[in-house]
Amino acid sequence: MRLALCLFALLVPLSAQTLVNGAGATFPYPIYSKWFDEYHKLHPDAQINYQSIGSGGGIRQLQAGTVDFGATDQPMNEEQLGKSSIKPLHFPTVMGAVVATYNLPGVEAELNFTPEALAGIFLGKIKKWNDPLLVKANPGVPLPANDILVVHRSDGSGTTYIWTDYLSKTSPEWKTQVGSGTSVNWPTGLGAKGNEGVAGMVKQSQYSLGYVELIYAIQNKMAYGRVRNAAGQFIQPDLASVTAAAAGAAADMPADFRVSITNAPGKGAYPISSFTWLLIPSQIMDATKKLILTDFLRWMLGPGQKMAEPLSYAPLPKSVVAAELKAVAAIQ
Amino acid sequence: MTIDPVRGASRPRSFLGRLLAGDQVARAITATFAGGILLLTGLLVFELFQSSALTRDKFGWAFLFTRIWDPVAGQFGALPFLYGTLATSALALAMAVPLGLGAAIFLAELAPPRISDALTFVIELLAAVPSVIYGLLGVFVLVPIMRALGAPYGVGVLTAAVVLAVMILPFIVSISREALLSVPREQREAALALGATRWESTWQVVVPFARLGIVGSVFLALARALGETMAVTMVIGNDPRIHASILAPGYSIAAVIANEFTEATSDLHLSGLIELGLVLFFLTVLLNGVARLLILSTTRRGTQHP
Repeated sequence: MRLALCLFALLVPLSAQTLVNGAGATFPYPIYSKWFDEYHKLHPDAQINYQSIGSGGGIRQLQAGTVDFGATDQPMNEEQLGKSSIKPLHFPTVMGAVVATYNLPGVEAELNFTPEALAGIFLGKIKKWNDPLLVKANPGVPLPANDILVVHRSDGSGTTYIWTDYLSKTSPEWKTQVGSGTSVNWPTGLGAKGNEGVAGMVKQSQYSLGYVELIYAIQNKMAYGRVRNAAGQFIQPDLASVTAAAAGAAADMPADFRVSITNAPGKGAYPISSFTWLLIPSQIMDATKKLILTDFLRWMLGPGQKMAEPLSYAPLPKSVVAAELKAVAAIQ
Repeated sequence: MTIDPVRGASRPRSFLGRLLAGDQVARAITATFAGGILLLTGLLVFELFQSSALTRDKFGWAFLFTRIWDPVAGQFGALPFLYGTLATSALALAMAVPLGLGAAIFLAELAPPRISDALTFVIELLAAVPSVIYGLLGVFVLVPIMRALGAPYGVGVLTAAVVLAVMILPFIVSISREALLSVPREQREAALALGATRWESTWQVVVPFARLGIVGSVFLALARALGETMAVTMVIGNDPRIHASILAPGYSIAAVIANEFTEATSDLHLSGLIELGLVLFFLTVLLNGVARLLILSTTRRGTQHP
């Protein structure tokens, strides 16, 4: 009885809170849960729930109206936007990058990859580690004559979208033969589930090459290569070079922020980078929810950005933040 | 309370009386539950059928016989997944049935009761291990072994089949053992009295007598193998192509659904995955039907016990 009373006492103040529900991308989940938690500490009357069910699920739930906001790693296309009764707005939150990770016994040096070499390997045309394209980009590195074992994601994922989007932009052959998406029809290689699956397979198999999120590669101290960017430099992926990619792309940023920043122009830009987006309805009927969401977006673009780097996400460049703050004001 | 010694309980009760006594209530409730299962199955098929309309309309029966699975171009064919599911399950059964049946015969017929009970307990524990654990064991133990034995990647159809075989073994052993133990003692005694050896009595009398339970165990195991998702996707290589070698990677229906469902952004892709679920459902129904026929036909030929 006493327990029941205690529970009751706990429940009463909870019911006075406003609950805002969201669902979507898994890639930014660590930073989103940190943000929503910190935001709740600042505003105890607002509770934001986030379910990381995947970008596709987030978009569908938002269209069905079962959540107040969505989140995605791949901007919505025209067809998806057309199906939404209330047009969702895209708000970039942080950035991530995808790196080429490999297991090459006897090679200590960090490898250089050209876009042609990466496309060739994933198309199954470059079969050996000592292929002339790879040797040319890595002078002095003793590349072995072994077959390259390609490892890719088997589960649909934003990571795959970024990777294939990059290959589509740099290789016309990839674009016509495979294309970009969260799941694609891979011409070659083995599929492994999740970043951890790809990482595990690469670690276990000698002479393998796969792709994982930068955060994952950093946290697990994996070997990953530099990639040649649009300016012709081989760039080491890190948070600074990812933010540089967004800054390079910010010049031609469309008003709705639906932009891919892979192969971005600009010196020092790591080419396989991408935004991740929150999807906020352009009209929010519930006045309290509207207040919470717009206030959260302003907070996220301000003090929230400082929480990104400790979690290995690249923060947004200033120009993008300024543009987004204007867009927040447009939410009705 | 007094009971009429003459009419006693045989006196027909009024409807209200029966209602109060619980007969009608129990009947209604249990009938509802039984009907609920039918309803649930019906709803399941209906929902799968309904939600896969897009791909059913677009590809028709060709869905089953096409090899291309390309979510970007919107081309969907189930053949590589059908092949992967059937090949891994068949190979797993080929390994697990002889092993499991042998173990069951030993446990039921030959081993001393104390050892038999202890071993059975351990085997039943194996059935309760979550499948992701088998998957992890597969990745960390079996894959390197397979690679050392000559499988080019370590992962592949055969590796998935071995993991499945280990997973379904406990079902075959424990249910077959129960079936063997339930064979009446007279059957064994009669065989021995006719001059059969211990093995002849086991193999020619006891096992045929228990075949219904044994076949049942095999099909329960098959059902688990067909639907197993986590362990398979961890070791099969997830490659939607049909290779001639069973050492090469493959893909199964359950694995592709689990892998691609969450991030399937186009409606056609989603519909294709749901149709794969429908295919898997009918595959299970079909195989269970075959099992029923098999049991019926052997029962008619053999002795007249269940």
